[in-house]
Amino acid sequence: MNIVIICLVVSGLFFFFATTVGLLRFPDFYSRMHAAGKGDTLSSLLMLGGLALYEFHEINIATILVGAKILLIVVFIFMASPTATHAITDAGFESGVKPWQKEKTEEQG
Amino acid sequence: MDSFFLSIGVTLCIMMLLALYRAISGPTAIDRIMGVNVIGTKTTILLVLIGTLYHRVDMFVDIALAYALLNFIVTIGASRYFQHHKNLKARGYGYRFRAEEDK
Repeated sequence: MNIVIICLVVSGLFFFFATTVGLLRFPDFYSRMHAAGKGDTLSSLLMLGGLALYEFHEINIATILVGAKILLIVVFIFMASPTATHAITDAGFESGVKPWQKEKTEEQG
Repeated sequence: MDSFFLSIGVTLCIMMLLALYRAISGPTAIDRIMGVNVIGTKTTILLVLIGTLYHRVDMFVDIALAYALLNFIVTIGASRYFQHHKNLKARGYGYRFRAEEDK
């Protein structure tokens, strides 16, 4: 049981690390947004799933309720994070942020 | 198991500091909103981790759920505010000198 929890939490931490590296290193607003949106959602699922499994180490009504609430956070993040990502990207597109292109970096500044 | 969760929480805090760099010196305003959104998602998970460390998850999971709701509403509201700003300027700490080089 503990090995499954450690695998889930460490893989979630790895995807958070990938999110942070993408947030710092990508050259463009849109590509940074892509890294932030996907990595956040997946690593939230992995880490909160591992923590909910850790909560199920003894089965009674209280731990089942707490685990169900943690899974409710996962469901909410799965609905909210892509919506927030879409809203930010739409705001950037509507206000005229130009995508990064490899050839025309000097013209677009 | 407690020291494992503690080390995971410390690593999450370091990653939040790295994401704070993008939230401070992002070129445009929506980059800053994006950085704040990432920090908020990490904070939700960090709250559940803190509850696991204190063996009081039943209290901290409510705070985490409220923080997730608040983070979503903040992101939606701020991005709707900046939606029709034409020509978002790249300004901030990192871009103060780069703009002079372009001129």
